Amino acid sequence: MTDLHSLILEPFHHEQGAKFAPFAGYRMPIQYPLGVKGEHLHTRDAVGLFDVSHMGQLLIQGPGSTEALERLVPAALQEMTPGQIRYSQLTLDTGGILDDLMLTRWDTDIWGLVVNGACKHADMAHFKAHLPGAVSMTYIDDHALIAIQGPQARLTLSRIIPEAQNLLFMRSLKTTWKGRDITLSCCGYTGEDGYEVSIANDHARDFADALTDLNETTWVGLGARNSLRLETGLCLYGNDLTQDTTPIEADLLWSIQKRRRTEGGFLGAETILKQISDGAPRKRVGLTPADGRTPLRDHTTLKNAAGDVVGEITSGGFGPTHNGPVSMGYVTQKLSTLGTELIAEVRGKALACTVCDPIFVQQRYRRAL
Amino acid sequence: MTVKYTREHEWIRIEGDTATVGITFYAQEQLGDVVFVELPDADTSADQGSEVAVVESVKAASDIYAPVTGTIIESNEELSDRPELVNEDPENDGWFFKMQLSDPTELDDLLDEADYQAFIQEEL
Repeated sequence: MTDLHSLILEPFHHEQGAKFAPFAGYRMPIQYPLGVKGEHLHTRDAVGLFDVSHMGQLLIQGPGSTEALERLVPAALQEMTPGQIRYSQLTLDTGGILDDLMLTRWDTDIWGLVVNGACKHADMAHFKAHLPGAVSMTYIDDHALIAIQGPQARLTLSRIIPEAQNLLFMRSLKTTWKGRDITLSCCGYTGEDGYEVSIANDHARDFADALTDLNETTWVGLGARNSLRLETGLCLYGNDLTQDTTPIEADLLWSIQKRRRTEGGFLGAETILKQISDGAPRKRVGLTPADGRTPLRDHTTLKNAAGDVVGEITSGGFGPTHNGPVSMGYVTQKLSTLGTELIAEVRGKALACTVCDPIFVQQRYRRAL
Repeated sequence: MTVKYTREHEWIRIEGDTATVGITFYAQEQLGDVVFVELPDADTSADQGSEVAVVESVKAASDIYAPVTGTIIESNEELSDRPELVNEDPENDGWFFKMQLSDPTELDDLLDEADYQAFIQEEL
């Protein structure tokens, strides 16, 4: 455990009673005294606070950076307005996914990126290999990233950052909190309304204290972060997205805007555009056990009635808000129709399960005031 | 009536040649919120140390082992509808199954309460 990195707020999380576990090379708070279920439900009912400073914050800028980034992601970037955020994937030549990420346009040729903690060093190597000399990449490793998520997040955060009140989903702005520069982005990984705030390490402790003092807030660990994203059908890189899955197989076509679907011009476009027109060999779906009770967990094998392997659960567990098992996985295209009955192999036993929508709990983003 | 413990954090309450089995307070605390328990069918025989039940919390699935050799005679059906009993009352209403013992001498290898408390102190 000695080679693990510490979050700048590790002492703070200790004071909050967190239990820690290694994740993405960091010692991360996995749960607090409230427990995974309590933290999950509190976030759906009120506001949860998450330290996600392990994630990679990057700044990419310079003449031609927009076009250069469009070579690496299938999202349409040229049309974005300053302060707009888009979700996309770093694709590979094969059409597989190196990572998924958020891109914020700050100016014509200035981009803020947030990538997964476990992938950030590979991502940076990928950018270095592919970005032209005039485009620079800065790793912002001196800033913490704190997420404030839940139906009360807007009201709660507005008390200390008034600009939060009117910021809509997938919009970002730069402002100050008590005179300190922050980046406030309306996005998250819980399916709820909420924000991510980037703040310099030197001020992270003060900010964490201020958030803790607000009514209705509780700290939430990685355990509940996982069940919250899983219930609302959001993919986890490493489980649901890998170098062997394409954005089309992952049912992420919505994140590839029309121009890119016809023009291509990104790594893996040949495979991805062909899958858009002809269909992908397999598809990400939701799965629910017929008994309504047995959680179908990661790596559970899926079979058809004849006993042939037709897929696998990539993320699965129990959803406290759904109050039942929630799982997603991949099945062959033919079997991806909602309502298809399959067999899950759980501890050597065959358990009937059904293909369903992977969104078990509706997302509640604030797209309009 | 005697209560014994295993290093896998099960308790065994022995009455004559019948043993009632559950998981300890410490075990449920480590597991977190229990959401599902898969119980063995009655009349199945189980060797000491074999997997007979599964307890699932929001975090993970954990196997429950038969603490002694014998035959399952009853499972706690109430856990199907109320798995949270494992957290609320692990050492009474949250019991898992009852066994008919085949070899009572196996009990000698299990921990008594003082030994078990010392064992979890080491784990902490």
